[in-house]
Order: sequence, then C-alpha cells, then structure tokens
Amino acid sequence: MPELPGPLSFDDPEALARLKKRHAAERRFKFYGRLAISFALLFLGLLVVSIGSQAVAAFSHNKVVFHLPLEADLVAPNGPGDPAAVAENISGFYQLVREDLLATFPEAGETAARTRELNGLVTRLAVIPMARETSEHLDRLGETYRYRAPLSDDLDLYLKGKVAPEIDLRLDEITRVVRVRVGEGVEAVERLRLESASDFSVLREAMQRADTAMAEAGPDAGYSILLQHGANLVRLVPGETGETGETLFFEPLTGIPANLAGARPTARLILLPESARNVTDRQVAWTLALAEQGRIRSGLNWSLLTNADSTYPEIAGVLAAIVGSLFTMLVTSMIAIPIGVFAALYLEEYAPKNRVTDFIEVNINNLAAVPSIVFGLLGAAVFLNLLALPRSAPLVGGLVLGLLTLPTVIIASRAALRAVPPSIRSAALGLGASKTQTVFHHVLPLAAPGIMTGAIIGMARALGETAPLLLIGMVAFVAEVPSGPTDEATALPVLIYKWSTGAERAWEPNTAAAILVLLTFMVVMNAIAVFLRRRFERRW
Amino acid sequence: MLQTFSHIPMAWLAFAVLAAAGCAAFLAGRATAMKISASGSVMMNSQPNYHGYFAAMWTVLPAALILLAYSLFGSGLARSLLTQELPDGFAGMDGVQLSQYLDRVGEAAQLDRAVWASEPLFAAVTERFMTLQGGLKLATMLAAAVAGLAGLAFACRRLNASFRARTEVENGIEWALFACAAIAIATTAGIVLSLLFESIRFFTEIPVFDFLFGLHWNAQTEEDFGAIPLFFGTFIISLIAMCVAVPVGLYAAIYLSEYAGPKVRAWIKPMLEILAGIPTVVYGFFALLVVAPAVSAAAVWLNGLPVIPDEFFAASSTNALAAGLVMGVMIIPFVSSLSDDVINAVPQSLRDGAFAMGATRSETVKQVVMPAALPGVIAAVLLAVSRAIGETMIVVMAAGLRPQITLDPTAEITTITVQIVALLTGDSEFDSPKTLSAFALGFVLFALTLVFNLIALRVVQKYREKYD
Amino acid sequence: MADTTTSTVALEETKAIDTKVDCRNINVFYGAKQAIFDVSMAIPSRSVTAFIGPSGCGKSTFLRCINRMNDTIESARVEGEVIIDGEDVNSAAVDPVLLRSRVGMVFQKPNPFPKTIYDNIAYGPRIHGLARSRDDLDEIVQNSLMRAGLWEEVKERLAEPGTGLSGGQQQRLCIARAIAVSPEVILMDEPCSALDPIATAKIEELIDELRERFCIVIVTHSMQQAARVSQRTAFFHLGKLVEVGDTEHIFTNPTDNRTQDYITGRFG
Repeated sequence: MPELPGPLSFDDPEALARLKKRHAAERRFKFYGRLAISFALLFLGLLVVSIGSQAVAAFSHNKVVFHLPLEADLVAPNGPGDPAAVAENISGFYQLVREDLLATFPEAGETAARTRELNGLVTRLAVIPMARETSEHLDRLGETYRYRAPLSDDLDLYLKGKVAPEIDLRLDEITRVVRVRVGEGVEAVERLRLESASDFSVLREAMQRADTAMAEAGPDAGYSILLQHGANLVRLVPGETGETGETLFFEPLTGIPANLAGARPTARLILLPESARNVTDRQVAWTLALAEQGRIRSGLNWSLLTNADSTYPEIAGVLAAIVGSLFTMLVTSMIAIPIGVFAALYLEEYAPKNRVTDFIEVNINNLAAVPSIVFGLLGAAVFLNLLALPRSAPLVGGLVLGLLTLPTVIIASRAALRAVPPSIRSAALGLGASKTQTVFHHVLPLAAPGIMTGAIIGMARALGETAPLLLIGMVAFVAEVPSGPTDEATALPVLIYKWSTGAERAWEPNTAAAILVLLTFMVVMNAIAVFLRRRFERRW
Repeated sequence: MLQTFSHIPMAWLAFAVLAAAGCAAFLAGRATAMKISASGSVMMNSQPNYHGYFAAMWTVLPAALILLAYSLFGSGLARSLLTQELPDGFAGMDGVQLSQYLDRVGEAAQLDRAVWASEPLFAAVTERFMTLQGGLKLATMLAAAVAGLAGLAFACRRLNASFRARTEVENGIEWALFACAAIAIATTAGIVLSLLFESIRFFTEIPVFDFLFGLHWNAQTEEDFGAIPLFFGTFIISLIAMCVAVPVGLYAAIYLSEYAGPKVRAWIKPMLEILAGIPTVVYGFFALLVVAPAVSAAAVWLNGLPVIPDEFFAASSTNALAAGLVMGVMIIPFVSSLSDDVINAVPQSLRDGAFAMGATRSETVKQVVMPAALPGVIAAVLLAVSRAIGETMIVVMAAGLRPQITLDPTAEITTITVQIVALLTGDSEFDSPKTLSAFALGFVLFALTLVFNLIALRVVQKYREKYD
Repeated sequence: MADTTTSTVALEETKAIDTKVDCRNINVFYGAKQAIFDVSMAIPSRSVTAFIGPSGCGKSTFLRCINRMNDTIESARVEGEVIIDGEDVNSAAVDPVLLRSRVGMVFQKPNPFPKTIYDNIAYGPRIHGLARSRDDLDEIVQNSLMRAGLWEEVKERLAEPGTGLSGGQQQRLCIARAIAVSPEVILMDEPCSALDPIATAKIEELIDELRERFCIVIVTHSMQQAARVSQRTAFFHLGKLVEVGDTEHIFTNPTDNRTQDYITGRFG
C-alpha cells in the first residue's frame, strides 16, 4: 500500500508558521464579527440618543403669564347669552393679549411692522383654551383672568438655547449714557453712546474673537450683541463707529436705556446673524424683559399630550393621533386576530394535505413579505374607490392594517398550535371527543398564550406602520379628536411623518417627542407580550 | 320617510340585532331539542346545546351575509343608482367633476339639512340620494330579517331525535375556518386584480414600452411617464442598503451563533431585535435629522479636498446614501435573525467533523458551515432585498423626490415607493393617468418582490427539508 | 476500594506495554455535574483499545478528552493530564488545532461535509498544508480512500457529493478523511451504531487493517464488537473506570464483579 505523508510534529517550524497564520485569520474573523455587532449597536445607541436629546426640548415649554381683564363687549360680542360665540371669538381674546403686550412694551407701537413683531411672541390660536374656558364660566366676565399662553416656538427654543450659541459676559459698570445723533441730514438716527470704566475691554476682546471665528465660517456669518440690565435692553449697532473709530454705538430695544447708567449690564453675544434666524433681536429683547419681570414660566408641556394637531408647533399635540391610532388598532385587531387564529386553526388542525392547502400556505408566506405600501394601494383601489368607504377614516386604515397583519398572526398562531403536543389531542380523541371539541376544548386554550403573544407583537408592528395609511388619506390635517372609526383621523406614525416635514425648527423636538410616545406604546405592548410568554410559557 | 332611514347607523344596529337573533334561535333550538328528548324514550344523537347552535347558525348566517354584502356594496350601489337617474352631462360636468359632486352629496347627506338647503339643485339631488340610501337600507333590513326567519324555520324543521346536530355544527365550523384561511387568498387576489385593473387602465393611455423604458419621469405634470429613473433609484438605494445589511447581519449572526457565549447572546440578540421593532418612520426621521446632514457635510468637505474637483458630489440635503445607510441598518436584524436560523440548522455533527480534523473555528464556519447554510443565507438575502425594494418611509423622508439617473450617492434620488406616495397623497381623482401611474408602479413593485419572495421561500423550504 | 485496585492494575501494566496515550487522573465536569471521576489509563500504540460500558457511563466523554473535543462544549471542564509522546495535550502550549491533526476522530453518525468526495478527503491536508501540489493531494486522496477500502467503489465519482453515498460508505469516507492527515491516534465514537450489519462488518475489517499503523480507540455499545476488534478493553461504569486489560482477559476472566455482570448481560 502506498505511503501517506508522515505525521506532523508539534515543533515543526513550517507547521508552526502556518499555524500562526491560521490563528491570525481566526482572530481577524472574530474581530469582524464583533465589529459588525458593535456597528449595529452603535447605530441603535446613536438613534436613541439623538431622538431622546431632541425630545427633551419638547418636554417643557415657556409660557407668558397674562392678567387680562375680560371686557364683556370685546369677549362676548353677542352678549353673555351665547357661549358658543365666546368660544369661537378667537380674535377678541387675541386682542386682549395684543393690547396687554403693547401696554408692556409701548415702544413697539412706533410702526405697524414693529407691532406685528411684538405680536409674534404669542400666536393667535394660543388663546383657544382661554376662550373655551371663559365660555363655560360667563359669570366671570369683567373679572381679571390669569392666563399662561405658550410662548412662540422659536422664542421658546431661544430660551432653551437651541437657536444659536450664545456667549454671556458680565461687563464693567457703565458710567454714562449719552444720546447722540449719527449720520447726516435725513439719514441721521439717534444712537446711544455708553461709557464704561474700562471702555468695554472685555466686550471688545470677545468681539475680536467672534470676528475671527466668523471670518472663517464664511460671508453669511455674523452675530448680534445685546446689553441687558434688568428689563432694559440695548443693541450694539454694527458698522457704525464714531469719529474716533473706537466708539461703540447702541440703539435702544426696550425699557429705559438711561437705567443702564451705574449698572453692570450683561452682554449677550448671539452668534448667528438676525437674518439667519426666525427670532429678531427685538423679540429676544422683549422675551428677556418679560422673563426679567417674572412673566415667563417654564412648565411641563402637557399640551403636547392633551392637544390635537395644529399648524403652530407650540400648541400642537398628539391626542387626536393617539385616538385615531386606537380606533385603527381596534378595527385591525377585530379583523386580524379572529380571522388569523381561525385560519391558523384550519391550516394546522383541519386542512387536508392537498394542493389547495399548499397554495394557501405559499400565499400566506408570500403575503407576509409583500411590501406594506402595496396594501395601501389595495386599500385605495378597493376600499376607497370600489366600495366608496370614507377617506381618511380609521375604519379603512384598520381594514388595511388588518389584512397586513393577518399573515403575521396566522404564522405566530400556527407556531403556537404546533407547540401543543399531539399527546393532548390523542388523549381527547381517545375519550370520544370530536375533532372540533378536541380543538376548541383542549388545543386552542393551551395555545392561547402563544397566540396572544404573537397577536400583540403583530399589533405593535401594525401600530408603527405608516406607508399604507398615507395612501388612504390618513395624512389629512385633522384638528379635531375623532369620535368614531368613520370620522376623519390621522394616526400617530403618520403624524410623526407630517411633523418631521414641518419647516419650523420647533417641529423637530415635537416630532422626537411624538416618536417617544409611539415607542412607549410599542414598548408597553411588547412588554405585555413578554409577560404573557414568561407567565404562561409551558415546556412540554 | 325613507330619508329618515338613511341616518340609521347600520353597523351597531346590525350587530345588536344579529346577536339577539342568534341567542333567541339558540334558545328556541335547544328548547325544541329538550322537548323531543323529554317526550320520547329515544336517545338523542346530539346534546340539546348543539341543536341550539344549529338553529342559531342557520338564523344568523344568511342574515349576516346579506348585511355584509350591504356594508361592502351599499354606498357604491346608492351612488350608481343616483348617477343613472341624473341626466347625461348633468349641469355640464364631466366624469371627474361629477364624482367630486357626488362625494359632496354623500358628505352632505350625513350632515344637517341646514348646511345644504340653500342650494336648491344640490338639495334636491341630496334628498333623492338620501331617499335611495334609505330605501336600500330598509330593503336590506327586510331581506336580512326574512332570510334569518327562513333559516330558523329550515333549521327547526330538521331537528329531531336522530338528527346529527353536532356533526352539522362542526361542519359549519370547519367551513367557517376554511373561509378565514381563504381570506389570505382573497387578499392576494384583491391585490393582483386591483393593481392589474388600474394598470391596464393606465396602459391604455400610456404605452407600456414608454413606461418601462422611458428615461424621464414627470408624473406630477402628467408629461413623462418613463420609470427607468425610479427603477434606478430603487436599485441604487437597495444596493447601498444591502452593502450595509448583508455583511453586518451575516457577521453578527455568525458571531452570535458560533463565538458568543450564552450570556452575550442573551443580551445582544434582544438588542438587535429592538432594531427590527423600531417603526420605519422613526428610522426615516433619524435619517433626515442626523444621517442626511452628516452625509451632505461630508460631501461638502470632500468637495473641498484638492484631489476632488469642485462640485464633484452633489451634497444634497436629502440623499441616496443616507436613505440607503439607514435602510441597511433597519435590515440588519432581518438578515441576522434569518441567517442565525439557517446557521443553527446546520447539524452540530458537521462542525464536530471539522473540529476533529483540526480546523479552527473560522475555518469551520467558512469552509463547512457557510457552504452548508448557503442556500438559506441566499434566501435570507433575497427576502432582505425584497424588503429594501418595498421599504417606503425611509426613502420618502430621506431620499428625495428628484428622478435622476446618477451614480453620485450624495445626490437626491427617487424610488418607486416614494413616487407612489407622492402621487397618491392628497386629494386626487382616480381617473387621471397621474394617479393610475402609481398603480402601474405598484404593480411593478409587487411583481418584483413576489419573484424574490417566491424564490426565497422555495429555497428555504428545500433547505428545511434537507436538514429536518 | 475497587478504584484503587484498578488504578494499580493500570499503572502496573503501563510499564509492560508500548504506551501511546497516557491518561492520568482525568476528571470531567459539565457545569457542576461531574461526568468522569479520576480515570487513569494507558493506551498502547498500534493496537485497538475498546471502551465499553452502559449508556451514560462517560466513555464518549473520556474519548473526547484525548483530542480536546470537550473544548467545543461551553460548560465542560477537564482536569488531569493526557500525555501523548511525552507532552500533556491539556497544557496551554498545545494548540488543539494541531493536536487534532495528530488525533483523528470518527463520529457515531457519518458526517461527511456537504462537498464532493474528493474535497471531503482533501479538506484536512489542505487546511494543514500537507500537500505541496495538486498531484500530492491527488495521491493523498487516493491513498486514504484505498486504506479505507473505498477507492474501488468511488474512484469514478470523486466529484460527486459525499452526502450521496450510502451510510456505510459515508462512514468509511469519514474514516478516510480522518486518516488523510496521517494521525497517530484515531478515536472512534460508536462508528457502527448507525450502520447495518454488512456495513458494520466492513468497518470492523477496516479497523483491523488500520491497527497496523495507528493507535485506535473505539467506543462501542456492542460487546461482541469489542471482543472482535480490540486487543485491550476498558470497562466504564458511572463515570469511573472499573477495569482495563487485555480483551481476552476481560471477557473471560474479569476481576471486578460489575464487569462480570455487564458482560454477561445482567445490566446495561
């Protein structure tokens, strides 16, 4: 018989060298595996952190405190006998707010544009709750009403430090405030020249640093400088220097500029030019002044949970979407769970092995992998167009999601039924029970926890489904909480989509907060599923 | 009088009446059976309860079928009846306007009279519509009642001592269960038929060839319906997603099943499943908020490098790379859990064989386990591709709307699913080629994913048979 | 009491035979459960040693200590020394990968890789770099198959998958695969339990031939098989080595009562 190569020895150098290479390959391979898992987990972490940190800004909101006299003729134009008119009298109530703001900051009355700027502090629709409450207590007409109106979303973001980076400096004492006229003829404007002991050395240094930084950032960069002492604010006018070239000129924003004399004001360097943000320096000044007067209170943003959708981020909420989602899920569960469980029972317990059954099987497996948007097309073509069911209704959404979830429920239920050992069936059949009795008295109850677990997980997935709902019109703007499955409604994931496309910055934290609400629902559902599995899981 | 009926909430009423009728029929059937068993010395074939169920079944079922038919077709029927009564070219409206008009009529009929009474013509049409609707409802209710009573009578006549009520009821149950299973088929049929029907309507206006091979897509203005840019966009984004998901998912699955200890597995696996449970709209928001700006910033930085020509990368604020990357991450758990299953299905004896030959773990995995698991892994990848093609929200939010054929991953690009959403969102009429093109796109999407799914499912089935 | 006797017996005999594998005080634990209790045994070269004993007595576990296959089971822990040619295989210096090229193994169920017959045999030589050229490899494959007595049956279909062979052929393929890297020791874990009597006879014949070159250890359930193929036999019971000695001696005149009872069929 021919010879085989001799055995390897432990210390053959060639073998050892080869072995070293093989072990290096082994370590590399293992490293790739770890890398892959780290990548996935890192991404998960990044997602959670970025959405979580965004959402934090939406948890609280700054509100302006008003003490408004409820003037009967302004608030109740049709007299106190018509509460409905009071509730809808938004412009009347808003006028109260506007008048109060103007009384606080009379300098805004100079031009109409400036008044509009001031009115931007509180949006019109923010008075709805006040109007509604007043309409329920018409006896309070003429009294003073204490109302906390949400601050405009951009100013709220400014107070949270989300608009632009800001450097705050404590300056030296201002020794003198001088009114001067700068410029020639009609172009001449009144300015303030401030004098300080150190001639603003701290401020000038900071400005130099900012100038260098801005020069690198590009031509569009810039900054504003506000000087604040109490409720008195002035703004540095850039580009206007005095004859010496070194004088800093200021213009008054709000309050009494003369009060700056003898004070050590705070300089606020807002490192974003006014043109690049949604809040003007003046609005910032008013907001800071209000805050100084103790009229701005930060509180938990409950309205995010208790309000319906709105076009203004500061008063928009998810309530209507939650109710819409609940109605949708109700319809979905009424479709998917019974039909899914019965179909699974048929396929697992009754179905003969033949072509029809095979076909149904392949069908269900395939249906589970059909893109969800195709179900949306089905809904649009069949439920909306052919059957003329109402558009944008949770009923249709629920039907579509029900069909979408059906295969998942069937597959989960079949697995649960399969896990019931055949001995149980034999025992029941051996006692003379019919097939149906065996199935409904013994097999189904034993499989029920597994089926419920699968069904809940399926529902949780359906809750997060967005695309099919877009196609059946659930993306429509709905400002009312729906009262039934045939009302116009939207769903939570669709609301998230809609908010995420919003142009204003404030939609971002709102969207993130809405995502947290959605995820909370999903976590709760999954926790129930896990609980069911732990509590009732049987090992045969 | 009939107009009053049009306001009856059918659904709840029908439920209540059906439930009551069922209970009554059950009691009647059971009482009859008990009377029979009490009167004679004969042994009953079935328990009285089953006679009750039998009676209830025959009462509820025919009535329920009639009501179901009404709920599905009722409103459509009332509408078409009204359309037939209206003269041709009613008030000078064409098809689209007429259907919008009828929508308004339908809405008005739900509301208070005061809202629409000011327009005499509209009010007349609406009142006629309500009369038709009311008549239809009344007729349905009468028909349901008659059918229920007839069913009950039929059932009661059959009840006697030797009647096999239990067998009959169980047959009924089996048929009901079969009907539930058949709904899956009905759904598929519904999808195929509706897509096919609307696509054919689309192709009567736009030639198939222009649609499948045209290079310009501009459906919003109803000018160009060449879908190649959309197919290309779908392909590119799916490709990027697969480049992320397949290696990461596969290596993660291998690491978890071959290297990780039970403790590590117990932690990592649920974490990966969390990735799978996050709704796609959340991924979309993440792509829009974090990834897309990062990609575009990176592209701007690259453009600034001396070796790269200016404006080489489009650096668009929504781009293919962001959408593809995030989609890839979304698909990772999908690939890893499917691969995990197939890797675990490879029998331990094969691994033992390789270890006993002196193979290292990685050699065992690469040379023995993976070749054995390959069909399953391929199936997993195919299913993942089908998912990537059909994924909607991420691309809608992060990929953009501009149909263009470009290999620049930082450019805005659009996909089949994005266009379907763009075309069907908002109030649009069903008869325009713009809307219909969405269904043609949907048909392509469905056909494409169907092929991938069927191949994958077939491979998986074969694979299971091999190792079971 | 019995244990001490057997240990002494084993130690005495160690001197008498040409020892290839020397196991000293082996203990194996699965988690907290101990599966092997202080087993010491010498296994001679160029002969067949059979492990017999009732199910679950630890004979397979002990066998897997020799090529450190227990490493692949997460909960398993091995204590003691297994010395092959003067080196303890459990020491950190010994690479299990290299060890397994010197100690081959054949399993209970035939487990050919889902590759061609040729690739199945060539797998070991390839990963260990034993062949310098394609011709070398061809030769190794042919030699191994010839030694395993499979060459004539498969030489026309080397490119077909190994999984297409019959059960007995598959097992001989696995033996050929094991000897292709020219190990010094071949471990066989009930290699015939999944085979019919004719295939079993062929494998037994093969084992007898291989004895001339290799040190073979075989775990078997069948006492007849142990008697037919082995020169030495070890009887395990409840994780302990009860008795080890020449096969003839064990089967005709066992020292221990438990061995007596087992081979006469009173339990097991």
